[in-house]
Amino acid sequence: MELVEAIILSVLAASTPLLIAATGELVTERSGVLNLGVEGMMIMGAACGFAGAWLTGSILIGALCGIAAGTLMSLVFALMALGLAVNQVATGLALTILGIGLSGLIGAGFVGERITPAAHLYIPGLTDIPLIGHVPFGEDAFVYLSLALIVGVWWFLYRTRPGLILRACGDNHVSAHALGYPVLRIRTLAAMFGGACAGLAGAYLPLAYTPFFIPGMTAGRGWIALALVVFSSWRPGRLVVGAYLFGAVTILQLHAQGWGVGIPSQFMSALPYLATVIVLVLLSRARTGGSTAPAALGTVFVPDR
Amino acid sequence: MQLVLEKRAERSNTIALISPLIAIGLTIVTMVILFAILGKNPLLALDAYFIAPLTDGYSLQEIAVKATPLVMIAIGLSLCYLANAWNIGAEGQFLIGAVAGSWIAVKTQGTDAGAWVLPAMLLLAAAAGALYALIPAICKVRFGASEILTSLMLVYVADLFLDYLVRGPWRDPHGFNFPTTAEFDPVATVPLLIDGGRLHLGSIIALLVVAAAAILLGRTIKGFEIRMVGAAPRAARFGGFNANQLVILTFAVSGALAGLAGIIEVAGPVGHLQPGISPGYGFTAIIVAFLGRLNPIGILIAGLFLALTFIGGEQAQIAMKIPLDVTKVFQGILLFYVLACDSLILYRFRLVFPNRQVARGTG
Repeated sequence: MELVEAIILSVLAASTPLLIAATGELVTERSGVLNLGVEGMMIMGAACGFAGAWLTGSILIGALCGIAAGTLMSLVFALMALGLAVNQVATGLALTILGIGLSGLIGAGFVGERITPAAHLYIPGLTDIPLIGHVPFGEDAFVYLSLALIVGVWWFLYRTRPGLILRACGDNHVSAHALGYPVLRIRTLAAMFGGACAGLAGAYLPLAYTPFFIPGMTAGRGWIALALVVFSSWRPGRLVVGAYLFGAVTILQLHAQGWGVGIPSQFMSALPYLATVIVLVLLSRARTGGSTAPAALGTVFVPDR
Repeated sequence: MQLVLEKRAERSNTIALISPLIAIGLTIVTMVILFAILGKNPLLALDAYFIAPLTDGYSLQEIAVKATPLVMIAIGLSLCYLANAWNIGAEGQFLIGAVAGSWIAVKTQGTDAGAWVLPAMLLLAAAAGALYALIPAICKVRFGASEILTSLMLVYVADLFLDYLVRGPWRDPHGFNFPTTAEFDPVATVPLLIDGGRLHLGSIIALLVVAAAAILLGRTIKGFEIRMVGAAPRAARFGGFNANQLVILTFAVSGALAGLAGIIEVAGPVGHLQPGISPGYGFTAIIVAFLGRLNPIGILIAGLFLALTFIGGEQAQIAMKIPLDVTKVFQGILLFYVLACDSLILYRFRLVFPNRQVARGTG
C-alpha cells in the first residue's frame, strides 16, 4: 500500500510542471495566440530558476527568476508575433531554438551543482495519517499553486468580464476590435501570462523535481504541454485530467523499467511521446462537429485604422 | 509612442532581396554585444566565427560537408512550408533514415556484398524517412491532428529507437561497450571526392536536390500548386487543387530528403551509427529554410552560411573557449531577425505619437 502512495506522490510531481505550463498556454491560446515556444520558455525558466536559487539559497527567489525568464521570453514572442505580425508558428519555433541555446549558456556554470529541493508541507497529525496523509497534506508549494492556478484561470475565463473579453479576442479579433477592445494589448498580456507559467513550470524541475540542472532537462515537456491544451479542448477542467494522465504514463513507465519487465528501457521512455501522438489522433477524430479551438487561433491581426 | 504596421500595396521585392542581409547584420551586432558580455574580444570572436574557417582548405571542405544535410533537409522543409504544412520533425526523419540505411550496412558487414550496398542504403533511407514523415501527414489529413505536435513527438521516439539499436542488437562486439555499430565496410561508405579530404559524394547529391527543387517550383504545375495552396488556400480550392494531397506529398518528399541526408551523414563523415549523429540538423534546417526565403538557391546559400557558423563555433571554442551553445543562440537570434525583416516585405513600420494620432482622424 505504501507503494501506491509513493506512486501517487510521484505522479503528482511529474504532472505539476505539465499542468502549470499548459495552464499558461491555455490562456494564451484562448486569446487567439499560438505560442509554440513553451519548450524554450520552460528551459529558460529551469536555467534561470536554478541559477537564482543556487546564488541566493532561496527556492522562492529561484521560482521568481524562472517566472521572470519565461515572461521575458514571451515578451520577445509578443513583440515579433503581435507587434510585427510575424507568422506565429515560425516565431514560436525560433523562441524554442533560442531558449535551448541561451539556457545552455546560462546554465553551463551550474551543471553539477546541487540545491536543497523545495520543502514539502508538513502538518503534524494530518500529514502523518497513514496511506492518505501525504497526498493532500504533504506536497511542495508548487503542487498546491498549480491547482490554485487552474481554478483561478477557470474562474477568470468563465466568471469575469475580462475573461469574456479575452475569449472574444480569441474567437473573433475583428469584432473585438470593432467593439473597441485593445486586441493586441490583451493578447500581449495573455502571452505574458503563458510565459510566466512556462517559466515557473520550468523552474519546478530543478527546484523541486530533481535538485540539479542539466541542459535540455525539460525533454519535450513544453511540447507535451502544448498537446495537453489540444487534449483539453481548451477547457481548464479537462486540462487537469490530461496533465495527471500524462504524469501517470511517465511514472508508470519509470516503474515498469524498475520492475525489469523484459521491454528495453528506450521503448518505455518513448511511451509518453507515443501516447501524445495517439491521444492527439483519437481526440481530433472524435471531434466531428467542428473544432473547439478558439476560432482566431494563430492568425495574424493588424488593426486597420 | 506606438509602433504601427501599415500594409504595403504590393510586396516589396527590393526588401525581399535584402532582408536576409539586414537580418545577418543585426545578428552580428547582437553577437558582438553577447561576446562583450561573455568577456571575449568581439573582433577576435567574429574572426574565429566567420573569417578563419574560410581561410584554409580543410575548413572549407568541412563547411560543405556540414552544409550537405542542412541544405537537403531545408529543401524538403521549404516545400512543406510553402504548402502551409508544418513539418518540424525533420530531425526524427533524419535519424530514421540513418537507422534504415545502417540496417543494410550492418547486415552485410564482413560479407562479400558488392557495389549494390550503398545505393540500396540510400534508397531504403529515403523510403524510411518518407514513411516516417507520412505518419504525421496522415494523422493530419485523416484525423485533423496537429502535424506540428505529432511530427515533433516522433523526433523523441526516433532518437530513443536509435539509442536502443546501438546499445542493444547492433552494438559493435569489439567496441569496448561504446554505444556504436562497427565501422561500415568500404562498399557501405559514401565515396570521397578528394583523396584524403573530407568532401564526399553527398554534397553533389545535395546540389542535384537544389536543382530539382528549383525546376519543380519554377517550371512545373505541381510546384505552382504547392505555392498556391500555401499563399492563397481559398483560391487554390476554387482552382480544384487538393490541399490534403499536397500535405501528403510535401511531407513524403521532405521526409525522404531528411532520411537521405541521415544515411549520407552516417555512411559519410561519421562512418558508423551512434547516438548524437546530428547536432540538431533537423532543427537548424528550419532556420536555413527561412533564411533562404523558402527558395532553393537561397537555401543553398543559407545552408553554407549556417554550416560556417557550426565550424566557426567549433573553432571559437577551441581558440577562445567560447561555449558551443553560443552557436545555438546565434542561430536562434538569426531566425528572429530573419522573420522580423520578412515582416518588412508586407508591411511598413511607422512610429505614431498619440497626440498626432488623434488629429489624423480616419486616416
